[in-house]
Amino acid sequence: MKALYNYLKEVAFAFVSLANGLLLTLKYFVTPWKSIITENYPDNRDHPSVADEFAGEVILIHDENNEHKCTACTLCQMACPNNSIQIISKQVETEDGKKKKVLDQWVYHLEMCTFCKQCIDACPQDAIKMINSYELSCFDRSTLTKVLNRPGSKLKEKAKVTPKVQE
Amino acid sequence: MISMIQFSDVTTWIHQLLSSCMAPWLVFLIELVVAAVAAVVALLVCVIIMVYMERKVAGHMQLRHGPNRVGWHGLCQLFADIIKLLLKESFTPTRADKLLFTVAPVLSLCVSLLALAPISWGPGLVLWNTNIGVLFVTAISSMGVIGILMAGWSSNNKYALLGAMRSGAQIVSYELSAGLSIVTIVALAGTLNTGGIIESQANGWWVLKGHLPAIFAFIIYIIASTAECNRAPFDLAEAESELTAGYHTEYSGMQFGIFYLNEYINMGVVAMIASTLFLGGWQPFYLPFDFPLAHAFNDIMALKFMETWPAWISWVSLAWPLVWFFGKLFLIIFFMMWFRWTFPRLRIDQLLKLEWKYLLPLSIVNLVIVALFIVLGLHF
Amino acid sequence: MENQTVTPSELKTEEFVVNIGPQHPATHGVLRVEVTLDGETVKDVLPHLGYIHRGIEKMTESLGYKQSIFLTSRMDYLSAHINNHLCALAIEKAAQIEVPARAKAIRIIMDELQRLTSHELWWGSCAMDIGAVTPFFLGFRDRERILELFEQNTGNRLTMSYIIPGGVMNDVRPDFVPKLKALLKSIKDYRKEYDQLITGNYIFQHRTQGIGVLSKEQAISLGCTGPTARASGLSCDIRKLYPYDGYEKLDFKEVIDYGCDNWARYVVRMEEMSQSIHIIEQLLDNLPTGDYRTKLKGVLKLPAGEYYQRVESARGELGVYIVSDGGAKPYRMKFRTPCYSNLGAVKPISVGMKIADLMANMATIDLVIPDMDR
Repeated sequence: MKALYNYLKEVAFAFVSLANGLLLTLKYFVTPWKSIITENYPDNRDHPSVADEFAGEVILIHDENNEHKCTACTLCQMACPNNSIQIISKQVETEDGKKKKVLDQWVYHLEMCTFCKQCIDACPQDAIKMINSYELSCFDRSTLTKVLNRPGSKLKEKAKVTPKVQE
Repeated sequence: MISMIQFSDVTTWIHQLLSSCMAPWLVFLIELVVAAVAAVVALLVCVIIMVYMERKVAGHMQLRHGPNRVGWHGLCQLFADIIKLLLKESFTPTRADKLLFTVAPVLSLCVSLLALAPISWGPGLVLWNTNIGVLFVTAISSMGVIGILMAGWSSNNKYALLGAMRSGAQIVSYELSAGLSIVTIVALAGTLNTGGIIESQANGWWVLKGHLPAIFAFIIYIIASTAECNRAPFDLAEAESELTAGYHTEYSGMQFGIFYLNEYINMGVVAMIASTLFLGGWQPFYLPFDFPLAHAFNDIMALKFMETWPAWISWVSLAWPLVWFFGKLFLIIFFMMWFRWTFPRLRIDQLLKLEWKYLLPLSIVNLVIVALFIVLGLHF
Repeated sequence: MENQTVTPSELKTEEFVVNIGPQHPATHGVLRVEVTLDGETVKDVLPHLGYIHRGIEKMTESLGYKQSIFLTSRMDYLSAHINNHLCALAIEKAAQIEVPARAKAIRIIMDELQRLTSHELWWGSCAMDIGAVTPFFLGFRDRERILELFEQNTGNRLTMSYIIPGGVMNDVRPDFVPKLKALLKSIKDYRKEYDQLITGNYIFQHRTQGIGVLSKEQAISLGCTGPTARASGLSCDIRKLYPYDGYEKLDFKEVIDYGCDNWARYVVRMEEMSQSIHIIEQLLDNLPTGDYRTKLKGVLKLPAGEYYQRVESARGELGVYIVSDGGAKPYRMKFRTPCYSNLGAVKPISVGMKIADLMANMATIDLVIPDMDR
């Protein structure tokens, strides 16, 4: 008799436990407006839920006068674990006749970048930062190699005087 | 049923129309083809709805939208998939048994379509009005395992073979309790004819008026038929986390598509049988009680108020049984989908234990109790 | 022709070998397991590694200390914070760098959040290996909430590169604490759904209870650590035994179960999630103010010598052994990863079981393949 009781108890427990799970999935099924968590991604491009802090790619900060703060010191290049930064500098002659090293090309290999932010950390001038762009894929991987300094841009004069610029 | 126009009237009218201009053998042939095509098309429409439904049910239960890219709310997704399957190469592995490999999907499709023959879709709307209807369906549905075993064996793939062997053990076992729970209702109704069984439920569905044994039989039939269809939680034959895709691992293109279609046709057939036996087929809901409110309710359900309406509206009442039949069909299918997207999978020994230690003894005891009910005249 | 009678025991049966992986839904990565089957019964299990070997240990020898930390995120990608934490701790110990209190607290919060994400993902994939697909999405839903928090505060979602020698990369956002509090509250609600859907499920209980028994002796001799070993009654929580970064000041329980089976491993992980929430709650109310990092020189040099550091990752004991020759680059960096040792437990607990149990065993041991191969 006890065995029968235990048997029936087990069957009842099984049914109750299964019904419990069924209730949960039914709850999700009948209240899709509450439960659905996925996003209609390509449709909500205008208002993506990507945080401002998201590390999408490195950019060289340019101000409105097309000036940047990079002094071509190559600290970022040394900090990069993947050699995804190449600083190409050139020697120019200033007005008072001194030779000076200035930035020629800030080459960024996005295809090799692991978004570790070491370069941002290493930069003494705060000349570079990461922006939250996403959709970085492309059909030709050579387009991932970018030159970050804009054509005609030059070093910000003020940055030379006070190297540590606070934001 | 009260409808002024019956399905038998329609079929008789078509028969007379054809007979007036053709030889009798030609009439028979044309009627055969038309009826078969009509049934298959109806089923395919059901399958399309079922696939869409499965995707939406799965999506919403899994906190997703489900398909919503192709067409309005993803309605055309299935057609896109069918086109893709048709365009894809049906690849045959080099060391597979080519003949059996090609035959297997077609065979299992044929078997599942055969089971449609004695199903009664509406009053007088039956392809093959035979007195062994339910027996025929039971006999045919157990043949489905041959196609699966054939596919598993001929693929020359270890996963496929394991899946097919599991499927064989599973289908053969669960046939028993599915059959016994069918017998329960057959005993109550006193006929094997599907139309007859449905007509016997005009004064209440068997699941309502058959007392507790009928409910037990219904539950057992749902469990056993889910297992027979290889649906989760009994989907051991294609357990994706163990056997990748089970018996159809090596199939691609439309050959895979046929197996996929087959799964849904099987579900449809099983749900049709369940609604025929337990839920009154095309009979509307009927409360087997004797007080005014119940009578009024039953009259509304049976569209009694339409009798006084103009004749052309009575065409609506022609569709009414179909609405009930397909409504019940999709209710049962929803249950099967609900199970699939909730439960973990059983292990093979647990699966067989469930059948041989729990369901089979229960259904035998259940059958004995039903027999007692009938002998003592306790049922309605 | 003679009439022969064959008894069932004389029937010739043949064992056959099935390759589970390297591409298989149950291995969650590129692990290849050579399984010898007798029908449905597993006779032998032979794991093959090397499909995702990237030579991280060798690569560190050509990178500086600061740079090589970011490779470690790629070992156990589900506990990237903890991997980074390990390297940061080892370097700090060697170079005797003082870490501000705020950084320590943030590190522990991030570690425990990472443990939560890892266990939530494990919960989903474990249920999926046992055949229920829906829990996978539930696990991902809850993990996603934490990943969003990571994204807002660390900038990345999977390989955060946040914990660095001397502290953390950047300070957390001002709204970090209120957001995290709301998140912890919802995680507690989600836990009820987990119990409703899977823990209480009759089928799931019967699929896990009594299956995959790993005795305490086996766990010790195979070098198992983490929840896998704690489910066998072995006390091996590094946070308790060798506390680091202030774990000794926190009140939490080392979850130990003596069931030894899959169910025990499941229960231990579920309970660990509660303990993680408890740890985070203690730190949230009085998060120390002040500096979040000690500024270090651009090129870090460790004094010559050998250093070992261990932490408790989501899967067990994670250790790093650094040999320094005094230069800017490590002479040798060796990682002791938990999954590699835990993988050894798959064979002893699976032999004689059904093939479906093998999947359940691999699921509850919680294997992360890149962690084994490095």
